[in-house]
Amino acid sequence: MTEPVPATPSPIEALKDKEPSKAPRSQWKDVWDQLRHHKGAMFGGSFLIFITLAVLLGPYIWQVDPQKLDIRNKDMRPIYHLLWDSDAKAAWSKPLGSDQLGRDNLAQMLAGGRASMAVGWAAMVLSLLIGTLIGVLAGYFKRLDGLLMRTTDLFLALPILPLLLVAVTLFRQPLRSSFGPEGGMFILIVTVIAITSWMPTARIVRGDILAIKEREFVLAARSIGTTSGKIIRRHLLPNVLSPIMVSAALGLATAIITESALSFLGVGFPSDFPTWGKMLADAVQRMEQFPERVLLPGIAISLTVLSVNYLGDGLRDALDPRIRGR
Amino acid sequence: MLTFAARRLILSIPTLLFISFVVFMLLQLAPGDPMAQVPLTVPPEVKEKMRQALGLGEPPLVQYWKWLVQVGWIEPKVFIDWLTRESWLLGWLPDTQLYNGELRVISWQTRSPVMDIVIQRIPQTLWVVGIAYLVAILVALPIGIYSAYRQYSVFDQAGTFVTMVGFSIPPFFTGPLLIVIFSVQLGWFPSIYDTTHVVNDWASFKVQLQQMIMPVMVLAFQITAQLSRYMRASTLDNLNQDYVRTARAKGLSEAVVVMSHVVRNSMIPVVTVIALGIPSIFGGAIITENVFKVNGIGQLLITALFANDLPMVMTLTFIFAVLIVMFNLIADVLYGVLDPRIRYD
Repeated sequence: MTEPVPATPSPIEALKDKEPSKAPRSQWKDVWDQLRHHKGAMFGGSFLIFITLAVLLGPYIWQVDPQKLDIRNKDMRPIYHLLWDSDAKAAWSKPLGSDQLGRDNLAQMLAGGRASMAVGWAAMVLSLLIGTLIGVLAGYFKRLDGLLMRTTDLFLALPILPLLLVAVTLFRQPLRSSFGPEGGMFILIVTVIAITSWMPTARIVRGDILAIKEREFVLAARSIGTTSGKIIRRHLLPNVLSPIMVSAALGLATAIITESALSFLGVGFPSDFPTWGKMLADAVQRMEQFPERVLLPGIAISLTVLSVNYLGDGLRDALDPRIRGR
Repeated sequence: MLTFAARRLILSIPTLLFISFVVFMLLQLAPGDPMAQVPLTVPPEVKEKMRQALGLGEPPLVQYWKWLVQVGWIEPKVFIDWLTRESWLLGWLPDTQLYNGELRVISWQTRSPVMDIVIQRIPQTLWVVGIAYLVAILVALPIGIYSAYRQYSVFDQAGTFVTMVGFSIPPFFTGPLLIVIFSVQLGWFPSIYDTTHVVNDWASFKVQLQQMIMPVMVLAFQITAQLSRYMRASTLDNLNQDYVRTARAKGLSEAVVVMSHVVRNSMIPVVTVIALGIPSIFGGAIITENVFKVNGIGQLLITALFANDLPMVMTLTFIFAVLIVMFNLIADVLYGVLDPRIRYD
């Protein structure tokens, strides 16, 4: 008659769960793998880390006061001048030479880099905060969208560099008196750069938020009663992280260049406070006799910005899931 | 399209009004005093009269209104008069004589109308910046197209590297660098742009060319970097489209496929980028003009700022804002004209 049915039926081959051969990979691991193959990004990233460490730790290793005047040892050449000119006025006590007031160039480069990088990072973070906030608010709350995007368009129509100059010359005095010459200038430059550079981030974030908030997982989150604030923090922000990171890299590069441009035009930090842009501007008058004083800060600015740009390029490729894995 | 352009044009008026209002109120906070240079022996009541003569006695809103009337109504009248009287373009028309001695926007530095100085400075800026822009477009487009066509080739890699460098090196570094190399070491070009130089024969034309090369190179390098990146990206997008395969399938030569099919389509976003870049060039040229001592508009703005010449700063910033808004509008309209898939209505 009927065949006896086995107590536990043997599972059908096709329906058997396959053991995953590899451990599941997180998104960030994929991104890192892609980024590792981007030579420019690797070079850029490592140079950025190097220069950050150099300006952070350098002043503890090379303990010379960058503002100390040593008028007897003024106008020293960098040490490598001895290679072709043994009579050059150079010594190991001042490896990169000294300027017309005898201030040590290496110490100035380190201190100036510190100022430039600090302004760059702070302005970038502030502009990202403003941009992300406005982008998220405009994308998520439909009532705010029109108003905020008109504001963004208005800011985009502002002439940036003239306004920067106007703002710096106008507010220099009151901020200096309340926060001291360096602190006041730092606050002023960072705020001014941030206020004039958040618009691209806001636009990109708004566009992405508009697309993501219509997806099912946001609907699911809302249906179990998640509040708007939690949805934004837990579900939307992690998903717009990649465009924010790309604009962070571009923002850092722009902020460093803008700060140097302001210093170059003479509206930046006070004259005894070294930054790369100010060193370059001061050296331009004597660049025929001492070209290295223009070259050193100029190359420092250019290489830093170049490495940040390469890093941003690589990040954009690595964070784009359509390109990743190719 | 026409209604779209008209609507945008009308919408740009409140935008410009708002921008000018914000900038004007910002300038009201300026700590400087235009009477600071006046000797201390001048009695205070005379100083007060001088202040009144500069239009400083009124409340800020009245000052703003007066400035608006001067820039928006009186200056255009002066300009039309000048057009019909002296310019070669409309000089054949009878003199309109619209302007009859109203007060114009007066610079605090020179006590002469701001617009006259701006008109004097515009040719220098246009010569240097305009030629740099043209050079950049002529160089950038072929580079972008070719490096997209041969993607990942040696040319493309080198081009990408050079554009990255052009992106990253600020003009206040390339400028002094070129001066050290070409005017100090080699002595080929003058380091300062002489704006009083008159071109009337071949020799003076050569001098003009020599002094223009370096500022044009600095500006063009930057703009080339940006434009060729856009051109490359846009050409790459189009090269993988179906219509390109169709064109090849029906046996068109590569030259025709690339030059007339792909380039025409990939020019659409690039043309708008070019239009959008024109006003920022006026702003970005401030540094280059400063390095090479070209006394153009950017240099005018810097000197006015340092001299605390608020009417000049205000008017120049407003001109920049007008340029930005206008070229935004032009870019949008161009986009619609060039790409029939885009409909604004």
